[in-house]
Amino acid sequence: MAVITRDLHLAVRQGGATFLALVFFLLTVTLFPLGIGPEPAILARVAPGVLWVAALLAAMLSLDRLFQADFEDGSLEQLTLSGLPLGGIVLAKIIAHWLTTGLPLLLAAPILAVLLNMNTEGFAALLLTMLIGTPALSLIGAIGAALTLTVRRGGVLLSLLVLPLYIPVLIFGVSAIDAAVHGLNAKPHVLLLAALTLAAIPLCPWAAAAAVKLSLE
Amino acid sequence: MSLHYFANPTRFTRLAGRIQPWAGGLAALLLAVGFYLALIVVPADYQQGDTVRIMFVHVPSAWMAMFCYIFLAVASAVALIWKHPLADLAAKASAPIGAGFTFLALVTGSLWGKPMWGAWWVWDARLTSVLILFFLYLGYMALWQSIEDGQKAAKAAAVLALVGAINVPIIKFSVDWWNTLHQPASVLRMDGPAIHPSMLWPLLIMALAFKVYFVALLLARMRMELNLRRIRALRLAERSS
Repeated sequence: MAVITRDLHLAVRQGGATFLALVFFLLTVTLFPLGIGPEPAILARVAPGVLWVAALLAAMLSLDRLFQADFEDGSLEQLTLSGLPLGGIVLAKIIAHWLTTGLPLLLAAPILAVLLNMNTEGFAALLLTMLIGTPALSLIGAIGAALTLTVRRGGVLLSLLVLPLYIPVLIFGVSAIDAAVHGLNAKPHVLLLAALTLAAIPLCPWAAAAAVKLSLE
Repeated sequence: MSLHYFANPTRFTRLAGRIQPWAGGLAALLLAVGFYLALIVVPADYQQGDTVRIMFVHVPSAWMAMFCYIFLAVASAVALIWKHPLADLAAKASAPIGAGFTFLALVTGSLWGKPMWGAWWVWDARLTSVLILFFLYLGYMALWQSIEDGQKAAKAAAVLALVGAINVPIIKFSVDWWNTLHQPASVLRMDGPAIHPSMLWPLLIMALAFKVYFVALLLARMRMELNLRRIRALRLAERSS
């Protein structure tokens, strides 16, 4: 708990990072109408996918913040020596990461959906899937972030490791919104997404903790 | 005699050196027989014509692509849990081979897809999941390369391989699902309703050939890796003395 508040304080006082992820999200989404063309019908068709892909990339780009700074100034080592279970610490850091990245993205998504002319029936599904899915992005990403801690310029490697693992989240997130837009039942997709996140909650911090321990050796 | 009997690199090298030429020879023989049957003996398919012969390379390499990943994951688990010194090596050595088979499966699939479906690439569930598998191999190899400390790299890569192993069925399943939502399952039928024995036997021979070839290549790569380590150790010793 203390780790969460500490990380949140750090994120708030340094400002920057959350804001950057948001701006990145906004910019990527803006690129699509420019690239595809401004026809409202086309934009409405691709909106769920574009929003999810952009959110996924924004979340991925902010992953290096998860452990890197703490690793460099040694506080990560101090935390592991504190006697607390490392998995718990990692989970706390993941929660803090989600609060500073996933949550803002979630809040910004409906506004961008309006800009993309998305069908209003999909809004509830968009919010719901983002709420359920973005924690999974932080959780899975933590493994990648922990594995690339000791790698110099690990950004590209991180994306190579993490993006294939993100695919199920993307698929279920987008198909839930698509189903809702077309008036179909979105519930099975949402439930599968929830299952994914729930499975990730115990497994990912554990694997990430193993990876963190490795980089501190 | 336990698995740890072969934990001794010298003993392993000796044994591997003895098996390797046999495995290589057997693979060459099986490949020759398999290709002879597949390219010459097997009749052309009544619908697909001669393009059906691509299957004899495509299907075994796709099988091997999956088999290699399972092997990689099991070896990684053994390395992490029992710290068996050769398991790391086996995992590392199998990754490029697996990536090679995956690539072969993708390329031959694409070549087969053009005359059959009229497109080099279809965003079909099976194709997509194999492509993702290919990326997983690439990520695994990239992680090995980018961490300098060998021991650390081995552990990190093992963690990644296991995470991937949990995720592969999920990805496969989700991609299957994603596809069926957008287009009805009609595109890919690997071998029709039932495969005729005249085609099944060459296929099985080819599959066996690929497997034996994998063993030969794996042993060769593991020996190479061991020798590289020995060279490094000797160099270090030379420099420090």
